[in-house]
Amino acid sequence: MAFVNELATPIVMGILLGGLYAVVALGLSLVFGVVKEINIAHGDLVVLGSYFGYVAMTVFGIDPILSLLIGMPVLFGIGFMIQKYLLNRAFRVSMDAVLIIAFGLSIILENIFLKVWTPMSRGLTTPYALSSFSIGSIRFPLVYFLDFIVAIIVMILLREFLKRTYLGIAIRAAAQDRKAAHLMGINTARVYAFTFAISMVIAAIGGVFLGLTFPFTPVSGMSFLIIALGVVVLGGLGSIAGTFVGGILFGLAQTVGGHFFGLAAQMLVAYTMVLVVLALIPRGIFGR
Amino acid sequence: MLLPMGQGTILKVSHIDAFHGSFQALWDVTLEIHPGEIVAIVGANGAGKSTLLDTISGLLHPSQGSIEFEGKDISAWVPYKIVDLGISQTPEGRRIFPDMTVLENLKVGSYNRRARPVREQNLKRVYQLFPLLEEKKAQLAKTLSGGQQQMLAIGRSLMSNPKLMVLDEMSLGLAPLIVNELYRVLREIRQEGITILFVEQNVRRSLLEAGKAYIMESGRIVLSGDASALREEESVKRAYFGA
Repeated sequence: MAFVNELATPIVMGILLGGLYAVVALGLSLVFGVVKEINIAHGDLVVLGSYFGYVAMTVFGIDPILSLLIGMPVLFGIGFMIQKYLLNRAFRVSMDAVLIIAFGLSIILENIFLKVWTPMSRGLTTPYALSSFSIGSIRFPLVYFLDFIVAIIVMILLREFLKRTYLGIAIRAAAQDRKAAHLMGINTARVYAFTFAISMVIAAIGGVFLGLTFPFTPVSGMSFLIIALGVVVLGGLGSIAGTFVGGILFGLAQTVGGHFFGLAAQMLVAYTMVLVVLALIPRGIFGR
Repeated sequence: MLLPMGQGTILKVSHIDAFHGSFQALWDVTLEIHPGEIVAIVGANGAGKSTLLDTISGLLHPSQGSIEFEGKDISAWVPYKIVDLGISQTPEGRRIFPDMTVLENLKVGSYNRRARPVREQNLKRVYQLFPLLEEKKAQLAKTLSGGQQQMLAIGRSLMSNPKLMVLDEMSLGLAPLIVNELYRVLREIRQEGITILFVEQNVRRSLLEAGKAYIMESGRIVLSGDASALREEESVKRAYFGA
């Protein structure tokens, strides 16, 4: 019984954390599924969202979650431009060009962060970021719970958007058959720009909630990118449900692994699981 | 030489060349289609038929010559603008969206601005032509049989509210009974005033269904005229009917 009680904390924590990981991975998965580009800069764009919340909080005294009302449209605009003016052009050359440009973008962003906010570790330390609540004998940070709720809301909204709107249906059409999408009168270049923009909105949300949950530095983007890639590999590409399950599995591996093998080994456990899944089911759990 | 212009012509392709990389796929191709016609382009595999359709749809641009639709030069237009204008292609291999439902596939068809306001009317018309699509509207498109997928592809094309429907190898790989049904529907569509241009490898059948036909060989148009006259042409008989 004591064993079970002891495990309850990492399990619940892992699931809640998994929601956050799913949000961070969702944008990456969306862009890969539709545009077929691996956005190496995704992690840094998530961190851009974190810094946006940081500036809102420290400079303007606005709550980071509330600041998303401005942050989401701003990142939407940035995302639209990145795809329209950078990646769509590179896309016509080759996929390697897209990869290299995204990598360059990642380096530029990290250096801007470094210049503007110094290498110091920052956090979105609002009063509620430090509070906790308990279920039975287990105590949780409140933000973990918020992360999970937000993950579910984001996924439901994305799903409904892709199902119900003309743009959403066009995004799915372009993902499934580019030539047929052209023949149906879809401007795929524009659809890709919107897809990237939406992925940035989700990154903005992920960035703020990551900042509420963990400290971040100018180079955190790379570790978030690696987590997101792990989640996407676990869940299988192009599936919202898969990304969610992948996120939870990743979160669980991290917390439960940390419980048994110590904090230093938690990421090792998570990535070993990614490797095992990749070896056994290369397309991921929900992959097609 | 002056060709009849203006109102009498819906699509006019004049002396176009087109390339796939360094390979020239079309050589000096010229054709003219009048509103309400049903026109066939026939020829062997690799004769350039699909390339011609892709050039009309804007997926490929001619290096020489011009393509006019209702008097507008669309040679350099992008595909979605051409769809907006009223040309819809049903591509070879159907290319329905496999992981969408039948109804969602049809909705994609009505994506262009001209088609959105009349979506419900067009949907009703498509369901009338293919009652099966209404029955299976909630099903994923990939679960349909080949013939049903072709119906969906044609229905999806109709949803775009076209003036000119372009069909690539509609009957390829389908059972004769289904092919008959598809041609019956094409005749019905044409009676509603939509012009039809189709590409087929099956020369005999095409010359029976079309009013006018163009015969292509290695990227060139080698013969053209009334389909009934072409059926009687000695060289056609020898080359395609083995007579």
